[in-house]
Amino acid sequence: MPIERVNDFVVRFANVNGSGSASANQLFARAVLRMGVPVAPRNIFPSNIQGLPTWYEVRITEAGHLGARGGVDLMVAMNPQTWDKDVASIEPGGYLFYDSTKPLPASKFRTDVTVIGMPLTAICNREYTDPRQRQLFKNIMYVGALTALLDMDVTAVEKLIGEEFKGKDKLIAPNLKALHIGRDYALEHLTCPITLTVKRADAVRDRIYIEGNSAAALGAVYGGATVCAWYPITPSSSLAEAFTRHCARYRIDPQTGRNRYAIIQAEDELASLGIVVGAAWNGARAFTATSGPGISLMQEFLGLAYFAEIPAVLFDVQRGGPSTGMPTRTQQSDIVLAAYASHGDTKHVLLFPEDPAEAFEFGATAFDLADRLQTPIFVMIDLDIGMNHRLCRPLAWEEKRAYDRGKVMTAAELDAGKDFGRYLDVDGDGIPYRTYPGTHPTRGSFFTRGSTRDRYARYTEEGGPYVDNMQRLLRKFETAKGLVPRPVRRDADKPTRHGVIYYGSTSPAMDEAIVELGERGHRLDMLRVRAFPFHQDVADFVADHDFVFVVEQNRDAQLRMLLVNEQSLDPVRLVPVLHYDGTPITARFIVRAIAEHLDALKITPLRKVVS
Amino acid sequence: MTYIVKPKFHHPSLPVNELGFTHRDYEGSISTLCAGCGHDAISAAIIQACFELNLPPHRVAKLSGIGCSSKTPTYFLGSSHGFNSVHGRMPSVLTGANLANRDLIYLGVSGDGDTASIGLGQFAHAIRRGVNMVYIVENNGVYGLTKGQFSATADRGSKSKRGVMNNDNSVDLVAMALQVGASFVARSFSGDKAQLVPLIKAAIEHKGAAFIDCISPCVAFNNHPGSTKSFDYVREHNEAVNRLDFMAPRAPIHVDYKPGELEIVEQHDGSKLALRKLHADYDPHDKLGAMTYLQERAHAGEIVTGLLYVEPEADDLHDHLNTVEHPLNELNEKELCPGAGTLAKINASLR
Ligand SMILES: Cc1ncc(C[n+]2csc(CCOP(=O)(O)OP(=O)(O)O)c2C)c(N)n1
Ligand code: SF4
Ligand SMILES: [Mg+2]
Repeated sequence: MPIERVNDFVVRFANVNGSGSASANQLFARAVLRMGVPVAPRNIFPSNIQGLPTWYEVRITEAGHLGARGGVDLMVAMNPQTWDKDVASIEPGGYLFYDSTKPLPASKFRTDVTVIGMPLTAICNREYTDPRQRQLFKNIMYVGALTALLDMDVTAVEKLIGEEFKGKDKLIAPNLKALHIGRDYALEHLTCPITLTVKRADAVRDRIYIEGNSAAALGAVYGGATVCAWYPITPSSSLAEAFTRHCARYRIDPQTGRNRYAIIQAEDELASLGIVVGAAWNGARAFTATSGPGISLMQEFLGLAYFAEIPAVLFDVQRGGPSTGMPTRTQQSDIVLAAYASHGDTKHVLLFPEDPAEAFEFGATAFDLADRLQTPIFVMIDLDIGMNHRLCRPLAWEEKRAYDRGKVMTAAELDAGKDFGRYLDVDGDGIPYRTYPGTHPTRGSFFTRGSTRDRYARYTEEGGPYVDNMQRLLRKFETAKGLVPRPVRRDADKPTRHGVIYYGSTSPAMDEAIVELGERGHRLDMLRVRAFPFHQDVADFVADHDFVFVVEQNRDAQLRMLLVNEQSLDPVRLVPVLHYDGTPITARFIVRAIAEHLDALKITPLRKVVS
Repeated sequence: MTYIVKPKFHHPSLPVNELGFTHRDYEGSISTLCAGCGHDAISAAIIQACFELNLPPHRVAKLSGIGCSSKTPTYFLGSSHGFNSVHGRMPSVLTGANLANRDLIYLGVSGDGDTASIGLGQFAHAIRRGVNMVYIVENNGVYGLTKGQFSATADRGSKSKRGVMNNDNSVDLVAMALQVGASFVARSFSGDKAQLVPLIKAAIEHKGAAFIDCISPCVAFNNHPGSTKSFDYVREHNEAVNRLDFMAPRAPIHVDYKPGELEIVEQHDGSKLALRKLHADYDPHDKLGAMTYLQERAHAGEIVTGLLYVEPEADDLHDHLNTVEHPLNELNEKELCPGAGTLAKINASLR
């Protein structure tokens, strides 16, 4: 029996990289959005080299489940190389749409899925002579066919084509033509609609559709970053590139046409962070964007920035490790690396945005935190958030919001005779004052170094001042707990002894899983951790429950390690739920893992049965 | 090894410069380097140069890596902010500092290990980018701080104090600086203050990446017979191609030299260098010629010193990046944040 669903299914496009399919696939996803139905698209791109396979998955979900679902209901199989695997991945009762120009033996198909063949290549060859056009319009043509098969509103696609080619108006008509060739063919020769359909709804509302990297970069613009130094690495490059684009738009001095920013593509990640450290030391807001391998290279500078107390912002768009690992797959596996980066006793502040809206918010706030705490701040994004378009609440900015530049002593304060000790804890919060170079002719200068020093920044190797300084750094970390974004707690409708902790890109899958778990009779309170060091709420949450599941996308339960280590929590009560094969975590996975565990608890112990 | 502050007492008869500062005002704390170390002489030359140029000391930022040489910024310009960063990475830190505030003078101090060994990449890239700075390498051919291992500038055939021969080819920092586009390149010797001070002054006045390779013997580990970076060896093999007799910032020059002997080089800010030729055919504006000449003389075992190359009207990184005149670190919310109205428009475009 074919799967029958309205506004709740998964379409996957299997393409050859470089065939121009990306924009057609995005057009499809946006058209569904324009019909008021939420979509969650995901790029799966094993490599960026031309000719290799790529997939684009669109989860159509009126209920707004934006996590990956797993499984495919309709496969648009445009890549012969991956045919077998693609066909195998379709859910029983699903659909297979393919280019039927070349006949395929029956053995290449499945009997439990509905096969829809359309001679796309033949039609293109008939309509176009230019090879590039044949290729590009084939993509638009299958989108046209899909509008008929899924009973979509074709005007939504037409409108989008008009918007996309605004300014290049010559391209509108040919694209519309290709769209309709595909649609008309389907209406005429294929059974339309199939049992998967998209129906107009009002479930998108005012939400926006943006990639996490672009949103984070916009956060850096709003947060006042003026210096960016980076070295290309997937999946973080598009963050620095987006910053470059946003700056070209929003950061040009209208009078002179000159730039209120400086972006350096450095020679490596060491230099990237070195530039950031130098700029931040000199009073500019500066950041780098990188991924795990880059953070590995930055270790020495991170220790310097921690110990010499220099604000720095790092966006770590995580991918699958270790080593080169899975460069185009997603994971949350840099948590421990970032939290304790560099030799000696170090700890760093981490922020865990759940989606682009929070990537924007934390992306801006990170600069306030860095200046306030005078220390590196990591914004821990991952590929799933960073490189995919995600539906999220609109980006928000309070008009009157001022930057918190932290404790910076001015020339006037120095003149007034204020005591300046670079590492002097005047306020008891562990945070000392700093001065920018060049502030005052005779007062407030100091020497910054990574070696030990006393409260007045004078070099010393004495144990006393060293311990004094290290203790102050701990006090400062304690202060950080009250400044970083607080965890978000959401309790079940009735009291329960079970809880779940999660963070970052796991959010949408967790939100979906909690509903299903509830339907199965499993109640859990939820705590979404948004930063490290942990707020007191985290320890309280664990104390409130017998068991707390800790859901993460890495092998070693890295956040759980931090919980055990930093909060002295009993590890037995923290049950790891770990997904780390490089695909985004799904609600199905979480439900299975948690339900299995809770079901096992329900089984009456053996001894009781016997007695 | 605790930091020692020099007592500040001003002798009434101490000479003052145009800003009313004495020489003392440009000093730092007392050096903890070995007595006789070449590096201390370079610090003294830096102090002299800044005093003579009438620089407000706090408008200089001193940055360094790690090494005996990199420790020296503590020993000069006590009123300047300093940054002793990590080994081999001063160039990136300086680049960032320079981006944040283009109005300060950036003085990068490094060693041959710091620059030619661990930091070779950062050295080349900072120069490539044309960062407006003075980059001084205090070159002794060894790692002084870690007790005398060969560095990458040690000459092939040079013998260590323990008698070990260096078989690796050496990195010629001057050649590299020229190749990657430094717009001011000089070599000097810590034992020749008369040559060094004007070179430092000229480098400070130069806009763009100014590089000085200063041979600076390590008396503890590399001053023995058989070393090619000992005081004696350098004195014997020093070949100055020219002499920068003085620097006249923005003032008319009156000199008495035969035609062809003296060249006045005017830099972007109007400062003038009076360059006395010692080698009739050496032209410090001819990069290719300079490179060939340096290779030839190096092959003959000579250490060529002087102002080797200068491009008086050079661009710097800020020109390349088209940054605003105002220092980036002074821009505020009004200038940096596009605001809520713009964000509403951005949101609308994302639907
Ligand atoms: C990452 C790292 N590796 C090694 C060292 C040890 N180290 C300190 S200084 C130095 C060499 C310094 O040589 P040079 O730059 O020539 O300075 P000099 O002492 O000769 O003036 C080394 C290897 C270090 N500080 N950091
Ligand atoms: S060890 Fe060598 S380089 Fe270091 S201070 Fe002594 S003489 Fe100078
Ligand atoms: Mg050395």
